[in-house]
Amino acid sequence: MSSEPRLVEVRRNVMKKNDVLARALRERYRRDGVFVVSLVSSPGSGKTTLLEKTLTELGKTHRVAALVGDLATDNDAARLARSGAPVKQITTGTVCHLDAEMVNDALDHWPPSAPDFLFIENVGNLVCPSSYDLGENVRAVALSVTEGEDKPRKYPTIFNSADIAIITKSDLAEAAEFDWEEAERSIQSVRPGMTITRLSAKKGDGMPEWIGMLVDRRERWLRE
Amino acid sequence: MHELSIALSIVEGAEEEAARCGAAGVRSVYLRLGLLAGVVKEALLFAYEQACEGTLLEGSQLVIEDVPVLVQCPVCHEPRSPHSLWRLECATCDTPAAGIAQGRDLQIFAMEVV
Repeated sequence: MSSEPRLVEVRRNVMKKNDVLARALRERYRRDGVFVVSLVSSPGSGKTTLLEKTLTELGKTHRVAALVGDLATDNDAARLARSGAPVKQITTGTVCHLDAEMVNDALDHWPPSAPDFLFIENVGNLVCPSSYDLGENVRAVALSVTEGEDKPRKYPTIFNSADIAIITKSDLAEAAEFDWEEAERSIQSVRPGMTITRLSAKKGDGMPEWIGMLVDRRERWLRE
Repeated sequence: MHELSIALSIVEGAEEEAARCGAAGVRSVYLRLGLLAGVVKEALLFAYEQACEGTLLEGSQLVIEDVPVLVQCPVCHEPRSPHSLWRLECATCDTPAAGIAQGRDLQIFAMEVV
C-alpha cells in the first residue's frame, strides 16, 4: 500500500447533513400545509412576548403551534403555553442555535394535528442561528428599539439571511430616543429591499399589520 | 460560538470522503469559507483541532481559503463586489444589491490524504 500523500478533489458542502434534512422538512411542511416562521434575535429583544401575543391573536382564526429553543430553562415554553397553543420546548444545553435535526426530532408525533402556522423561536443569539436552515418559509429577525439602530450593521450575516425585520418595543422608542429612519437605513444597507415592520407586542400597536403579513404570506404560499 | 459544531461537521464530512477514496489518513483539509457564512475563522481553526481528536483526522491541518462576497447588481447584471458587508451596494454603480451571488460558501474542496 502506498503512503505517498496525494491531493484529492472533493466538493462537499459542510452543512450538507443539515441542508438535506431541512429540505425534507420543507417537503413535509408543504405536504401538510404548515407555514413555518422562525424567529431570531438577541436575548431580551422581546421574542417571547411577541410570540405569545402572535399565538393568541393568530390562534383566533388559525391553528397555531410553537417550538421554542432555550439553553436550559423552560420559562419561555411556560409563558407561551398561556396562549393555549400547543408549545414544545427544545432544550439545547450548551448549543447556541437550533438545527434541522433538533427540529425534526421535536416534530416526531407532535403537534397532535398539523397546524396552519408553526413558529420556531430560536435561541437568543444573533450569530450562530444564521448558518442553519430549518426548512422555514420565513425567517424573521427581531430588533428592539432599546438595542440601538446600528445593530444590523454589526450583525450583517443574520440580517442578510432573514426575510422580515421586526422592530419591537415601539412603545419605548421615544424614551430610548430611537431613530427610526437610521434603523431602517441600517437594515436596508445589509439586506436591500427587506420588509420591515414596527410593533409593540405589549401595547398591541402594529400587531394587526404583522398578523396580516403572516396570513398573506401563507395564502400566497398555498397558491404557489 | 457554533464553530465547534461546524468543525465536527467538517471532520464527519472529511472522514466520509476519506473512506470513499480508500485513504488511511488525512493530512490536510481545504475549506472554502465565505465571508457571509457566519463562521469566525480563528474560532473554527481552534475548534478544528479539538474536533479531530481520536479520529482519522487527528493531527491534520485545516487550510482555509476566504471567499469574498459578491452581490447581484440589478444594473450591471453581473456579480459585483459590494462596498462592504454592512453596505451591500454595488461598488461599481452604488445600486443596492438584489441578492447575494457568492459568499455563503462553507465547502470542503480538496483533501490531502495518504
